[in-house]
Amino acid sequence: MAARTILVVDDDMDFRAQLRVQLEAAGFAVVEADGLAEARKALAQGRPDLVVVDLMMEHMDDGFVLCHEIKAKDAALPVVMVTAVAAETGIKFDATTDGERAWVKADAILDKPVRFEQLKREIGRLVKG
Amino acid sequence: MLVVDDEPGMRMGVARALGDCHFDLTDIDQRVAFTVETADTGEKALEMIRASEPDILLLDHKLPGMSGLDVLDHVGRSDHMLTIMITAYASLETAVSAIKQGAYDFLAKPFTPSELKTTIRRAAETLITARQARRLAQEKRQVRFEFIRVVAHELKSPLAAVEGYLQIVRDRTAGDDQATYDHMLDRCLIRTRHMRKLIVDLLDLTHIESGRKKRELAEVDVRALADTAVETAMPDARARSITLQIHGSGPLLMMADAGEIEIVLNNLVSNAVKYNRDNGRVDVRLGGDADTITIAVTDTGIGMSKEETSRLFGEFVRIKNDRTRNILGSGLGLSIVRRLATLYGGEVRVESEPDVGSTFTVVLSRKVRADQAVEAVQDHDA
Repeated sequence: MAARTILVVDDDMDFRAQLRVQLEAAGFAVVEADGLAEARKALAQGRPDLVVVDLMMEHMDDGFVLCHEIKAKDAALPVVMVTAVAAETGIKFDATTDGERAWVKADAILDKPVRFEQLKREIGRLVKG
Repeated sequence: MLVVDDEPGMRMGVARALGDCHFDLTDIDQRVAFTVETADTGEKALEMIRASEPDILLLDHKLPGMSGLDVLDHVGRSDHMLTIMITAYASLETAVSAIKQGAYDFLAKPFTPSELKTTIRRAAETLITARQARRLAQEKRQVRFEFIRVVAHELKSPLAAVEGYLQIVRDRTAGDDQATYDHMLDRCLIRTRHMRKLIVDLLDLTHIESGRKKRELAEVDVRALADTAVETAMPDARARSITLQIHGSGPLLMMADAGEIEIVLNNLVSNAVKYNRDNGRVDVRLGGDADTITIAVTDTGIGMSKEETSRLFGEFVRIKNDRTRNILGSGLGLSIVRRLATLYGGEVRVESEPDVGSTFTVVLSRKVRADQAVEAVQDHDA
């Protein structure tokens, strides 16, 4: 079976490079996008098995916008949102209740800095089957 | 306004005098009108104040049950409500004890509508000025909080990047090729250098802002300082085949703190290199007249749209688009330049065209008194 593909969307090139190394070592194929526009392009070219999205990119809400777009077109495509917002503002949100999932269109939300072990665990949970 | 008096004539009189009049407070550019409510006893007044605090309490001293002073005792001194005590004619003693107990002013009976209005106008001015001061202080706290939040974010991002690479290097997650790891370590060095620059910029900014930095004013030669700034930027310029040139000749003297003028020049020249294209040019033009010195730095870089230049001087405003994506900056440099220019009684201008280049022009006054300058910056912030 071909390797599962993960689309990584983040404007920090170092974060993307690190995620590529970590995910490739775990047997995934990685596609990178540095913002909303590149992510749209990548999604038009083929369906990944999972998308990792940083909440804040050029514009404050680009991450939210992308998640909504993905879920509107393809609700079954798993999305993991990574964010530094929670730690900095004290806003706590996760995707464990239906109420929050209704507006945060993501299947899992992880705080930045991301612990790669935790990210791999979430990805394993969401792409199996 | 709540009017408390046991005489119905007085309650109606005040309500009529103030009911349909407004005050133009020209000093603070405000127009104020009052809604008048009334109470005939102190007990009833207290009840009404507890339910909803009025802005001004016009309180008769002599009331049937509890006296005006008793009411004042209960409500105490409030930041949000001013009390004006109505006293019997020539009863100075009552007026004094009312003021001691926290009343803002007093009116001696009998008073004319115009006396009433004068007193109320003064109270309204005091109230609104205090309110504006509170709001300003609140906004200042908010800005400071926001600034600290962004600083924390800007410092954490490079730290997270370095940590991520170190983890990969330690665990040898990226295979056996040493070159891959070397590249990661180079990225770590770039990110830590950026972090250091951010910290230096932050210190520059807080020094300027606090006005507490000991400024050493002496006659400095701006041309010599420009030479140094160009030398500093030379390695980065050479690496990308960018030509750096200073135009004009002869010393350009002004009274200044050499360190501050260096910060201005370094920021302008390093930006002109950073946001340039490979094989581009940077031209530093120095000039001036009897009163001012002009520093103009022109690059052949990526340039900016009108909308982008309008946002340029804010703190942590980094113009993010496809062309700036991989350029690291603290987002503080131009904010610092603008503050320093203000400190020297001058200004910063920018002319720019996308994909053609930008010219940043700083005009500085040759003579400026240090104390004046600091005030200018503080006024600017307020």
